[in-house]
Amino acid sequence: MHLGHEAYVWLAVGALVVVTVLTRSFFLLPDSEPKLPGWLWRGLRHAPVAALLAMVVPDVFLSNGRLLADWHDARLFAVGAALAYYLVRRNDVAGTILVGTGTLMLLRLGFGWP
Amino acid sequence: MSVRSTWRASIDDPAWRAAFAQGRRDIAGAALGTMAMGLVAGVAMAKSGVGLGVILAMSLLVFASASQLACLPLIAAGAPLWVIVATACVLNLRFVVFSANWRRYFGGHRRLSRVLLSYLAGDPVYAQFVHRHPQPSATGRATAQQQGYFLGLALTNWAAWHVASLAGIFLADAIPAAWGLRFIGALALLALALPMLTDRAVRCSALAAGGVALATASLPMGLNVVAAIATAFVAGTWADRRWSAR
Repeated sequence: MHLGHEAYVWLAVGALVVVTVLTRSFFLLPDSEPKLPGWLWRGLRHAPVAALLAMVVPDVFLSNGRLLADWHDARLFAVGAALAYYLVRRNDVAGTILVGTGTLMLLRLGFGWP
Repeated sequence: MSVRSTWRASIDDPAWRAAFAQGRRDIAGAALGTMAMGLVAGVAMAKSGVGLGVILAMSLLVFASASQLACLPLIAAGAPLWVIVATACVLNLRFVVFSANWRRYFGGHRRLSRVLLSYLAGDPVYAQFVHRHPQPSATGRATAQQQGYFLGLALTNWAAWHVASLAGIFLADAIPAAWGLRFIGALALLALALPMLTDRAVRCSALAAGGVALATASLPMGLNVVAAIATAFVAGTWADRRWSAR
């Protein structure tokens, strides 16, 4: 590893730190509140849950970039079990994660499902 | 008041301490998901072929699972810096939205506090905090309960992340891939998203966003997340008009 590469890697990490801090504090950094039109505020309330689901849904239904061909997949059942638990016991985040994880582990390690 | 004396006064306030303990308890479940993500990120970093010093700096300072996982292969492959920055920006777009909401709670605090608070506020912290305190205080300064609750959530989540990612880095070769830890992270994000589906318009925009994220999953640099957010914005605005929520 020569010096140029080393410097590049550190620069990249530094850039990631800056991006993290700036995006997370985007609306908090200026001293006065940024003025946004009302329609923008109302629309933005839909963004957080969309961002979270956008990271989850492809993980559930895709395998190596292709739609699941077989319903024998531990992930589908883990999500199903988590959803069912959530509907019965509202707002129990911990329980929902544990039920989903337990189902995933049982099917993968117990039955050897993908 | 100096930062230090403010901190002391907070810790001595029984209401603050009760809220802090409550936050610590409420994040415990989601912290399991954070730990799974941290382990995955740690293992991925250890196996990326990048030096240990850089990995430790990244793990301790960047503190953002999705962009870390996405940018590591880019760094290892020597991608141009602007590509790395663009990828991280796209994946962090949700935090820009979160920060707009944090402004309502912390807008009255000093700038250094505001930046530190938002730096600590990952996905589970946002979901849990907004669920418990849907209304910010009128002054724009968080109440003792809100401050204590926030720090109880945020510091616990921060510690869970660092313990797990360091464990992942040093135990990389001992953790079997068959455990599918990455998917536990996805289950955690799902569990956090569910309580946010509070009304019909949000459920409608979330459904549209999920569909678009799936359909555009092959886009590079996490751009499908951007497509999903844009879709949710349009669909949500339409649904709000139709059902006139708020």
